[in-house]
Amino acid sequence: MAGILVYALHDDEGNFNKNSLGAISEAAKLSGEIGGDAAALVVGDIADDACASLGNYGAAKVYRAKSVPEGLAQPIVDAMAKVIQDEGISYALFGGGLLGFEIGAGLTARLNAGVTMEVTEVKVQDGKLVSERPILQDSQIADVGYVSEPGIIISRLNAFDTKETGGTAEVIDVEVELSPWSTKATMVQRGEQRGADVNIEDADILVGGGRGLGAAEGFKLAEELAESMGGAVAATRAVVDAGWYPYAAQIGQTGKTVAPKLYLAAGVSGAIQHKVGMQNSENILAINKDPNAPIFEFSDLGVVGDLHKIVPKLTEAIKAKKGG
Amino acid sequence: MKICVLVKEVPDAAVQKRIDPNTMRLDRGGEKNLNPFDTHALEAAMQIKEGGAIPVEEVVAVTMGPGSAVRALHKAVALGADRSVHLSDDALAGSDVCATGYSLAKVLESESPDLVLLGQQSDDGECYTIGAVVADHLRMPSLTQVIKIDVNDGKLRCERQAEYGYDTVEVELPAVISVGDAINEPRYPSLKAIMGAKKKPLDTKATGDVGIDGGMVGEAGSKTAVLALNPPPAKEAGEIIEDEDTNETVEKIVAWLDERKLI
Repeated sequence: MAGILVYALHDDEGNFNKNSLGAISEAAKLSGEIGGDAAALVVGDIADDACASLGNYGAAKVYRAKSVPEGLAQPIVDAMAKVIQDEGISYALFGGGLLGFEIGAGLTARLNAGVTMEVTEVKVQDGKLVSERPILQDSQIADVGYVSEPGIIISRLNAFDTKETGGTAEVIDVEVELSPWSTKATMVQRGEQRGADVNIEDADILVGGGRGLGAAEGFKLAEELAESMGGAVAATRAVVDAGWYPYAAQIGQTGKTVAPKLYLAAGVSGAIQHKVGMQNSENILAINKDPNAPIFEFSDLGVVGDLHKIVPKLTEAIKAKKGG
Repeated sequence: MKICVLVKEVPDAAVQKRIDPNTMRLDRGGEKNLNPFDTHALEAAMQIKEGGAIPVEEVVAVTMGPGSAVRALHKAVALGADRSVHLSDDALAGSDVCATGYSLAKVLESESPDLVLLGQQSDDGECYTIGAVVADHLRMPSLTQVIKIDVNDGKLRCERQAEYGYDTVEVELPAVISVGDAINEPRYPSLKAIMGAKKKPLDTKATGDVGIDGGMVGEAGSKTAVLALNPPPAKEAGEIIEDEDTNETVEKIVAWLDERKLI
């Protein structure tokens, strides 16, 4: 067995996901050390050129399953399992997100294969891959190896950088027979945008709002504070799912990744799923009433207190300072 | 129909979790809480049962774990489950995700559920994956991280947030669905329900009772192995301010921002 297969996720317009491209670059680097090819699997009717362009990120081969729909995991499990078995591939690698978790987990069952998730780094030991995985709220890093092949690696969001190397991939069409249970879930609507279309990715200063704001109305505090600093407002998944703030403002695993000069977290607990989307901010300031909130583990300045008392006064103080 | 809800006991969030350096497994000594996400799965089951769009004969709580895990089942029946099943066997200790998913699928198979619900994640690490592992073993369709379930014509209409926004997906039964915490507000158990929980039927099963292949579970049957545990790269600890006098706190924050030329 040899080589690494990466699932290359794309949106409805056929644009590949940045985390998938990062995983392809990582696979190219690792396969250089363990032998075999870095390959990618693409589902849906994606053009030859687009598939071949994955070679620019390091894929030697692209397996295209035209008849398999994008967006739901189980049909893609069928496709990946077939390619892994037919080609004798050693590892499957996923670049985070939601579908990567589902497909990787499905493959675990299908191939009776070991799986590691939330992986932040992959290294080579004795010609085999070993996953580095932070555990217990990132307080320890476990090195996890595979007892047998294939092994499945589901990375954390933004774990791998993309690297453009030039080159084109060989495109190989594969016919996949779907499992009976893979066709029992059908997409009714994909990628619905809820709420206003806001831009948070270009802001130098972001105020991130979480459950601690208490209610949708609480976002007014965050907006006023952001305005005083000329910044924008971002949100956690919990409050977006609750309908308090638009999806376009969401940071984290199924949202945006940002790295502003200042990230001011107001009432954000700092769950891993949020952390992965903002931990590269230059300065992180957190206000939270819970002294045990994980956000304090990775903030530069942590303020333990009631944001409803602190934020309005902070907004006034910043306005006064700017005015004076 | 019959709904099975997978539940598990997890360490209290406030308790410092640790790994036993000898076994490289999570020290489960401090465990006492029902995984918070599982309470949302139970609530979802109760809402389907009470909603009346499809008749639900039974809600069964299922767990896998050592003897103490019955506490999670007691909490689950206090929250509305009709009975519970406890898969408990020394042979299961040290199972990884692959082995755990297989074992849970086998015990669920013995119940022939029409719907399996579970929380999308637990604090102790098997994040997001178990539902999809179980589903493939059971040959059922599956969806994870679901925040809305409607029952229509014997099918589920589910919503969840994925990479490009919100997806709406129709899922035929039987199915395995993991839920997020935005799906509902779990109810509090009544005192009567808590008191009566221990009287509801609880079946304890060993691996042999549900046809689990002993070679596929436990540490020996697992497909991954923890090779080492290391501390994370040292990071300079941030400064912490306790807000006692808010005016003073705000002054400190402004000074900190000013120093970094952020305002």
